[in-house]
Amino acid sequence: MSDIPARIEAANAETLRRMLAADPVLVDVVPAHVALPRLADRMILHSGPPIAWERMCGPMRGAIAGVAVFEGWAKTLDEAEAMAAAGAFRFEPNHHHDCVGPMTGMTTVSQPLLVVENRAFGVRAFCAINEGLGKVMRFGGNDAEVLDRLRWIRDVLGPGLGAALRDLGGVPLKPLIARGLSMGDEMHQRNIACSSLLLRLLAPALARKVSDRAALAAILDFIGRNDQFFLNVAMAMGKSISMPAEGVEGSSIVTVMCRNGTDFGVRLSGVGEEWFVAPVEMPQGLYFPGYSAADANPDMGDSAIVEVVGLGGFAMGAAPAVVGFIGAGPASRAADFTRSMGEITIGQNPEWTIPSMDYAGVPTGIDVRLVVDTGVQPMINTGIAHRKPGVGQVGAGVVKAPLACFEKALVGFAKRMGVS
Amino acid sequence: MSQNRPKTLLKTPLKVVNVGLDGFSDDLARQKVPVVRVQWSPPAGGKPDLARLLSKLGA
Repeated sequence: MSDIPARIEAANAETLRRMLAADPVLVDVVPAHVALPRLADRMILHSGPPIAWERMCGPMRGAIAGVAVFEGWAKTLDEAEAMAAAGAFRFEPNHHHDCVGPMTGMTTVSQPLLVVENRAFGVRAFCAINEGLGKVMRFGGNDAEVLDRLRWIRDVLGPGLGAALRDLGGVPLKPLIARGLSMGDEMHQRNIACSSLLLRLLAPALARKVSDRAALAAILDFIGRNDQFFLNVAMAMGKSISMPAEGVEGSSIVTVMCRNGTDFGVRLSGVGEEWFVAPVEMPQGLYFPGYSAADANPDMGDSAIVEVVGLGGFAMGAAPAVVGFIGAGPASRAADFTRSMGEITIGQNPEWTIPSMDYAGVPTGIDVRLVVDTGVQPMINTGIAHRKPGVGQVGAGVVKAPLACFEKALVGFAKRMGVS
Repeated sequence: MSQNRPKTLLKTPLKVVNVGLDGFSDDLARQKVPVVRVQWSPPAGGKPDLARLLSKLGA
């Protein structure tokens, strides 16, 4: 019994080592049915822990109806909802397929997926391409404009991006993130620098590989106008970093945090594939003109994978400009968020540093023991969806991961360690 | 501590740092005594079962 703390410390050190040793490279864009061998027709992957149709929130249902029409499984949104309620579709979490998705997180067979390969460990993780802001499927949007955009992403943007990335031999992401942190990004609600840096790298290759001038112009315009384009790249990268850190026996480090608009789910490295789930909390933030907290849906998305690897709310110190955007207080408090997250993590990432904090590394490796002991909840920067299907994004804010998840995870971890 | 210290303590403005429950400082704050609160909470939110597990798991 007495060596248990030492065993945990050693296991956690190994988990952190694997996270820090990652070498994520954005290598390709491929259709989901190629990328995900277990993704079947009429299967819909969603964000967060497992959930049945009956318990899904409004925007999740709206997105499912929309994606069913997009895939041609239903002719209308009403028909799609009826089919979903009748059990015509199979729902599984993205995380069960080495995949992540923002907000509602829809992943289906014909969508093009970003491919990030962690070359240090030989694993690949996937995420759909960011659709832009406002009325989009990830926030529950599902009208003709949303579906037409998805078709363009499938037919033009995805193939073009894939060809450009293959032409480049991939884009190493660790140095890109390091530069983004020094330029004011935290890679969750602020991706302006990394989106721009990525476009700068991609543009020549796109010009070489996309021969249709109108298509090329549309691709450059779409990426150039989307400050959050890099978010989905960062998410696939986060998943590729956390995957090798899973399954370290005796490790109490968090490898997954995610939410589906109803539940928040956590997984630990040392507790296999078990989910620890609690009701998700409401984001606190700022709303677009015409909307208020009364319109907001509880938090959702797999995007908290970036916080798992030390970015987003954990790297807020690098991004004072985002603090005001998400209504988290004065910009001068940015570093406080990062310092606070340092209380629940076991290390820092020496390659991802924050200049204004004397080049401190972003806090990395959330230890469930520290979360429960201190009561300090992981802070997640997030977008806010309208609670009704079909409306879309209405704001941005911060949300705290519910403590109950971590308390349940601690009990599950203790059981695994033979402690009662 | 000097024997004179208690005599001077109550004759000069108090400088109070509260370590513990916020309730201790609330009464002083109501009397307009400046109080600095140290951020503090009992281990595991005061839940004995979780605190016991944490002690065995090395937190």
